[in-house]
Amino acid sequence: MSKQLQFKLVLLGESAVGKSSLVLRFVKDQFDDYRESTIGAAFLTQTVTLEDQTTVKFEIWDTAGQERYKSLAPMYYRNANCAVVVYDITQSASLEKARSWIRELQRQADPSIIIALCGNKADLSARRQVSEEEAKKYAEEEGLMWGETSAKSGEGVQEIFTAIAKKLPQNAPQSARAGGRGGPSGRAGVDLNKQAGAMTGQNEPCNC
Amino acid sequence: MDEEYDVIVLGTGLTECILSGLLSVEGKKVLHMDRNDYYGGDSASLNLTQLYRKFRPDQALPTDLGRDRDYAVDLIPKFIIASGELTRILVHTDVTRYLEFKQIAGSFVYRDGRISKVPSTEMEAVKSPLMGLFEKRRAKKFFEFLQNWKDDDPATHQGINLDKDSMATVYEKFGLEPGTQDFIGHAMALYLDDDYKTKPARPTYERIVLYTSSMARYGKSPYIYPLYGLGELPQSFARLSAIYGGTYMLDKSIDEIVTDDSGKFVGVRSGSETVKAKQVIGDPSYFGAGKSAESGKVRVVEEGKVIRAICFLKHPIPGTDDADSAQIIIPQNQVNRRNDIYIAMVSSTHNVCAKDVYVAIVSTIVETDRPEQEIAPGLQLLGPIYDKFVSVSSLYTPTSSGEADQIFITRSYDATSHFETVVDEVHNVWKRVVGKELVLKKREVEVEA
Ligand SMILES: Cc1cc2nc3c(=O)[nH]c(=O)nc-3n(C[C@@H](O)[C@H](O)[C@H](O)COP(=O)(O)OP(=O)(O)OC[C@H]3O[C@@H](n4cnc5c(N)ncnc54)[C@H](O)[C@@H]3O)c2cc1C
Ligand SMILES: Nc1nc2c(ncn2[C@@H]2O[C@H](COP(=O)(O)OP(=O)(O)OP(=O)(O)O)[C@@H](O)[C@H]2O)c(=O)[nH]1
Ligand SMILES: [Mg+2]
Repeated sequence: MSKQLQFKLVLLGESAVGKSSLVLRFVKDQFDDYRESTIGAAFLTQTVTLEDQTTVKFEIWDTAGQERYKSLAPMYYRNANCAVVVYDITQSASLEKARSWIRELQRQADPSIIIALCGNKADLSARRQVSEEEAKKYAEEEGLMWGETSAKSGEGVQEIFTAIAKKLPQNAPQSARAGGRGGPSGRAGVDLNKQAGAMTGQNEPCNC
Repeated sequence: MDEEYDVIVLGTGLTECILSGLLSVEGKKVLHMDRNDYYGGDSASLNLTQLYRKFRPDQALPTDLGRDRDYAVDLIPKFIIASGELTRILVHTDVTRYLEFKQIAGSFVYRDGRISKVPSTEMEAVKSPLMGLFEKRRAKKFFEFLQNWKDDDPATHQGINLDKDSMATVYEKFGLEPGTQDFIGHAMALYLDDDYKTKPARPTYERIVLYTSSMARYGKSPYIYPLYGLGELPQSFARLSAIYGGTYMLDKSIDEIVTDDSGKFVGVRSGSETVKAKQVIGDPSYFGAGKSAESGKVRVVEEGKVIRAICFLKHPIPGTDDADSAQIIIPQNQVNRRNDIYIAMVSSTHNVCAKDVYVAIVSTIVETDRPEQEIAPGLQLLGPIYDKFVSVSSLYTPTSSGEADQIFITRSYDATSHFETVVDEVHNVWKRVVGKELVLKKREVEVEA
């Protein structure tokens, strides 16, 4: 049987650089010119199948309003296997913001986390403020993956996620949450949702 | 900060975060602030650095407790009762996707100088030393009575009226000994004192049913606990709020609650900026708790004190069969007190500390002016204590319902061992803020790719 792996991926970057648009393109192959700031959906999954038939399922966390004032919860980084830090190639300030997110990740996240720096809105290269060389050089110095994407045209999107999937350790201990039940330390967890159905109909009292 | 909000929420404790999450889902524009640079307020879980900063700012971290980042030490000891209301909210709001839970391995009760496991299976019950043979038979009759009770079938009532007869009357009818009453009232119905006995039996009946159905749900104890500590709970609801448009600002000093001439809420001042909103919700610490009332209105009053001792152990608690987690209840009668003493213990199984460390919190409602002596019977059960952080906290309650000035203050976290009163408080505040009952909408079941 082919291997199935599951990983938690977090998105970081300044507001409006296109984090949610990248996810939308990757997961649903759609694009929306007038996207509102992320509301209502920030937990999506998408699967990538590698050449050796290994399937890598990403559990994708989008930031949603907590990053604006640097108030992301530790829960957000917890057990993240990979992070995509996004900047907008037409806004040099957004690369500065990306650098500070990368420093934050290096401090807070698991040291083995795989970080990809992603220059989005490549379709707007006429208004480019961040050169490929500059971003690439920085990524190399910090040991990050790097690529340019356009959530609008779709260019580079599948490629960057597939590159991450390939780089993820294929025999890694699965993260507690992303790897499903079991957790890192022994005794299996309990699934509250499984009981949800039973609970609603649960009026018979003591069945101990 | 020149936007105007529907609601500003102050403090990221669990009560505030659940409210913030539910209000955002309801479509309200929420700004959620905290003076601390971490989530959770009084219900946070801290790493070692944060714990020492809070309790012993002048002391360096010990080197033999393992990695700082492995720690998530709860400030208030509570467990989630498996079939309780918090579980229902967790499931309905779908925040369970951010959390992972494990059982608490055992629930114990102190009786005549030693602790025994609260039986979780028939086998354990038969073997339990908590009751003699004849008392077990009487207890069995009592539990059968509760189990078979149907409101609309008088044949199951055996002459008892749950809404009129006191619990003492019910105990008497089944001839249960005082020790069994302690066990049922304190280890199962989870009452902190004996006041319930003189009151109608219905609430006690409901609590026993909640306990036994929770016990039956996962098998070992009626409790579950989130990996990485209780502090994950407020974080998960904060995320829910953020996903529905809530804005978060941590590490923000709250300098003034601004009101108009009539005393009605206008906004919150932080430094030189004032953010406006229609309503404010917050924990007592943002409304003058613990400060002298010389400046302005008295908005909260103290209604009691709780002592909590966070203890690091390097061994499981003796007599618990090396349980990796446990609750131990010392019923008040057993140690000549008015209020029970609780011990809540978790360990690396729940990803809250380094391997081979056990974190036990001993707590009770303060009855004297020497609170630390009051918890001695609990501390004694722990064996050698590696280190201990003791705090006495006041429990505050608001002086008004908040409807007049649109300032809604939540109550402090009480001494109960679970979150049921927190959920009551959420319902309570919701009703005052929104003007109608909180109805948890049915969860949309989403099939993921
Ligand atoms: C302190 C104590 C705690 C117990 N806790 C449990 C428990 O958590 N789960 C469990 O299955 N059995 C429990 N028992 C019940 C156990 O003693 C059984 O009643 C006994 O084994 C006989 O079972 P039965 O099948 O012949 O009776 P049945 O006629 O099947 O018993 C009727 C029902 O009442 C329940 N019951 C009876 N006595 C008690 C009791 N004292 N406490 C709780 N439930 C009771 C039984 O479990 C059963 O569901 C407990 C008994 C004691 C003394
Ligand atoms: N031209 C172009 N526009 C894009 C691209 N990606 C996103 N956008 C637009 O940029 C705007 C912001 O995109 P979002 O995906 O909402 O950005 P975000 O990073 O999720 O923003 P926040 O949720 O506020 O943090 C939207 O109007 C998108 O349509 C792209 O590749 N090219
Ligand atoms: Mg977004």
